[in-house]
Amino acid sequence: MYGKGIIKGLGVTLKRFADTYLDDIQWWGRRYYKAEGIAHRSSKDTRGVFTVQYPEEKLPVPEEFRYVPFLVYDDGTDGGKEVRCTSCGICAKVCPPQCIWIVRSNDPQTGRPIPEPTEFFIDADICMNCGFCAEYCPFDAIIMDHDYEIASYQRNVFNMQQLLKPASYYKSIRPLNYQRNDEERRAKEAAKAAKAGAAS
Amino acid sequence: MTTLVETETLDLAARFPGSAAADTRPGYSDWIVNKDKLVEVATTLRDEFGYDLLSHVTGVDYFPDKMEVVYEAFKTTGGPGVLFKVQVPRVDPIEVPSVTPIWPGAEFQEREIWDLYGIKFTNHPDLRRILMWEGFEGHPLRKDWHEPFYEEDFKPLKSRWPDGKYVSSEDKNPYKDNLQFPQNFDPEKVKIDGEAPLYDTLQKYTTVDGGIKTDHIIVNMGPQHPSTHGVFRAAVVLDGETIVSLKPVMGYLHRNHEKIGERNTFLQNMPYTDRLDYFNSMSNNWGYSLAVEKLMNIKVAERAEYLRVIMAELSRIQNHLILIGMLLNDLGAYFTPALYAFEERELILDIFEATSGTRMMCNYHRFGGVSRDLPEGVLEKIRGLVEDRLPRKADEFDRLLTENEIFISRMKGVKVMDAEDAVKYSITGPVLRAAGVPYDVRRAQPYGIYDRFDFDVALRHNGDLYDNYLIRLDEIRQSIRILQQAVKQMPEGPINSQKPQYQVRVPAGEAYGRIEAPKGELGYYVISTGKPNPWRYHVRAPSFINITALEKMCVGKKIADFVVILGVLDIVLGELDR
Repeated sequence: MYGKGIIKGLGVTLKRFADTYLDDIQWWGRRYYKAEGIAHRSSKDTRGVFTVQYPEEKLPVPEEFRYVPFLVYDDGTDGGKEVRCTSCGICAKVCPPQCIWIVRSNDPQTGRPIPEPTEFFIDADICMNCGFCAEYCPFDAIIMDHDYEIASYQRNVFNMQQLLKPASYYKSIRPLNYQRNDEERRAKEAAKAAKAGAAS
Repeated sequence: MTTLVETETLDLAARFPGSAAADTRPGYSDWIVNKDKLVEVATTLRDEFGYDLLSHVTGVDYFPDKMEVVYEAFKTTGGPGVLFKVQVPRVDPIEVPSVTPIWPGAEFQEREIWDLYGIKFTNHPDLRRILMWEGFEGHPLRKDWHEPFYEEDFKPLKSRWPDGKYVSSEDKNPYKDNLQFPQNFDPEKVKIDGEAPLYDTLQKYTTVDGGIKTDHIIVNMGPQHPSTHGVFRAAVVLDGETIVSLKPVMGYLHRNHEKIGERNTFLQNMPYTDRLDYFNSMSNNWGYSLAVEKLMNIKVAERAEYLRVIMAELSRIQNHLILIGMLLNDLGAYFTPALYAFEERELILDIFEATSGTRMMCNYHRFGGVSRDLPEGVLEKIRGLVEDRLPRKADEFDRLLTENEIFISRMKGVKVMDAEDAVKYSITGPVLRAAGVPYDVRRAQPYGIYDRFDFDVALRHNGDLYDNYLIRLDEIRQSIRILQQAVKQMPEGPINSQKPQYQVRVPAGEAYGRIEAPKGELGYYVISTGKPNPWRYHVRAPSFINITALEKMCVGKKIADFVVILGVLDIVLGELDR
């Protein structure tokens, strides 16, 4: 019969239409604007329309999600900021679009370089969010951020003041990574202390 | 599963004494052919040895003394290819005979070499610039050509560290813009008509019938046209609604990817490959890592091999879903099928995001493995998709479209290409298989661990639009089969066989890594000189080479069919223009 295929196809759209409302009824009051509803709508079992109404609703980002990086500082004992970066320059060297600029500090007396950056720029307009800087940083000093709402009317060239964020923020967005890095650091420090103890 | 074995040993030096010699440079292989004998050698390779599919043609600039043109041909029955090169002194005018009469698929690639390297191909039917515009000064891939924001030949740039005071790139250019003029350029005096050479190549006609004079009409489809899914233009000569002649115009998205690639270090190229075919960054990464791993001569960690297969096949599924959805959009079904296709894609991209960190620009592969292991729960998600959701989806598309009479009457019998022409024009991927040639790199020359899986090469025989649609559904089903096996077999273990290092040591030599990308054979031809940066980084982009036969496909059909043919060809402009 001519038209059978069309009717079959329309059956699919009709089923979709019904599914959307059936899923709404099944998940009454929980499907929208709730974390469990969003999780349901991005699982394989969801039926019907599963649009997420951005910006009223936002999809949670997974831990590995990467966006323009930031610099990590630890809270110092005197309340100051202990910047983890040692200005070794690996991130600037590995950066594919070369959007990282680092000014290394020199000791004012001896003129020799000290492990601390004077200035640190990231041109976020050029940054391609590849994550190499964070991946190859030996000190976990530069981390990919989760904040993706950075559109602006100007060019986004971030300096060190704008880039610095506390280690607690790092912990809050990437708990598993933070824990892993922390354990590694502790193990390294313990090994160093043991070595120093053995030497003396 | 059968693996094809090379039965005949190929010795070009014995066959052509004096005009073909083995390439003995360290790390290089195969043959160097005398320029005058090139056409003869190529004909022999095609007709006697059966290398019927010319995979890629590219140039290499061995600054300062010579230029090289590299050809690689494969057999459609499978097995390794033959690589042969022509060397010419680097003094203008550089001339090499064209192989377009032997393999018509070389036409656009030779135009590209002329455009970017300034090597003239004698006997070429239509040697114009292809990616740059008429009147462009210089040939950008030559090593002595410098771009407006030029700083140094190789990254990392010295201005970034240890004294990296930020300066914006535009400020370094005298025009404060991405502009560069030749010396003594006076815009008042120069008048370039870039369109005239294009329109000259179109076949025109005037007929007088019963005292009524009929003239041709030239229509420009694009550059801004919804059917092209980007900025692509075709100049078309029409007779009523029928296409008489057609020339594609491209390069609107050209950024000289290969020049950028030669400035980058080996690792830095990885995220750039994402941006070629931006739907399938997972497979783009693979081709490049294959080539570099071949050069470095390293093995890939076992678990990483499985992760690569899983990601590449998921990527193929979402690519084909989008293709079908957007094809229906082009056909006038508006957005319903397109959005149905986007749903499963969304679920697949969630997996990419959770694993690699980004939905589309995944940057997932590293030399020797992958960058991250699957986070907790993601393997379960993949299993749910491939066992349950995706097979259901393929069936749903079947019900939605496959028997639809309007769809069938529009698609069936509109022939895109027959098998013989498709091979001649170097077409690869689903379009070639829909024409009836069972050529799939995963089987023809298995890479990674594809020899371990049980799957069929999807094949259709008519080569019309309808078959081109059906083969996409077939491929989705075969990919699901591969995924089901891969998810079951995946072992535990490390995800990289190498130590993480931000600058890899790559021994000197050449390598060609190719994979079966969703759009066709995607290959990377990489030359290393032992330094941190590649000397040559060439992308064999399936979109670009499949488009070579566009005129052949469209002539004699209705202008409305052009939109659908472009739709099933599955071009992505990020890869086509590079």
